[in-house]
Amino acid sequence: MASSQRPLSPHLQIYRPQITSVLSILHRVTGVALTAGTLLLTWWLVAAASGPGPFATVQGFLGSWFGHLLLWAFTFSLFYHLSNGIRHLLWDFGWGFELEQVRLSGIAMVAAAAGLTVITLIAAYVAAGG
Amino acid sequence: MELRSSLSRARGLGSAKEGVHHWWGQRVTAIALVPLSLWFVVSAIGLMGADLPAFQAWIGSLFNAVLMVVLVAVLFYHAWLGMQVVIEDYVHGEAAKTTSLLIVKFALAVMAVACILAVARLAIGA
Ligand code: HEM
Repeated sequence: MASSQRPLSPHLQIYRPQITSVLSILHRVTGVALTAGTLLLTWWLVAAASGPGPFATVQGFLGSWFGHLLLWAFTFSLFYHLSNGIRHLLWDFGWGFELEQVRLSGIAMVAAAAGLTVITLIAAYVAAGG
Repeated sequence: MELRSSLSRARGLGSAKEGVHHWWGQRVTAIALVPLSLWFVVSAIGLMGADLPAFQAWIGSLFNAVLMVVLVAVLFYHAWLGMQVVIEDYVHGEAAKTTSLLIVKFALAVMAVACILAVARLAIGA
């Protein structure tokens, strides 16, 4: 086949974003973000093992406005990636491949991720305050 | 003139047959991460603003220490497999690709070991 006749993958600059493609790339974005978040987890655990000073530094950082911002972002990333990951696993079992089902499960997944994030934030602030 | 037979040229160029293993690893760790990460979020909420003695008391429980080590192992393996795919998709050229894979995987492995040793030290010291 002449190379000019080969099927092309969508040209991202001119291809209209659709809910399917946007949700899909966000799975990758959150996966990479969570991987970066492992730096924070490592800092937290290593600091705890190193003594009260280092641990107070991490906890202080996490308690700052920037720390809170990071924690919110990681919380949402985790719940997004988790909900969409379950969707991936269901697809692997062959479930929900119709276009309409993909659209509906996509909306349900975003709603679940947002809901879980809000619940977690409320619980965290109640726990910290009480 | 080409002296090698067609078979000899084709040999070794095919799939390394590790794709299925990689795929299964990603799924198995994903399934394990569902309960593990929920446990982690709930625990982290309870540890908001905790001082070291409170944290030590928490990780001093064998239950929490074991789950933490399992979480760390599964999570870093999942990220290792996942980042490999991302790098293979976006980083082009053999040298750049191999270098990024080595750096990312080495960093993830070091962090995993650091996390596990930290938990071990806390759990045994407690
Ligand atoms: C919480 C439970 C989790 C579930 C259910 C889950 C599920 C999945 C699944 C099914 C995939 C494969 C997607 C595909 O085939 O395209 C995947 C990819 C990935 N995951 Fe997770 N994951 C979880 C947590 C995490 C965490 C905590 C991290 C980071 C530390 C992470 C990092 C990644 C990365 C980097 C990828 C590759 C993304 C890509 O290829 O587009 N995941 N995850």
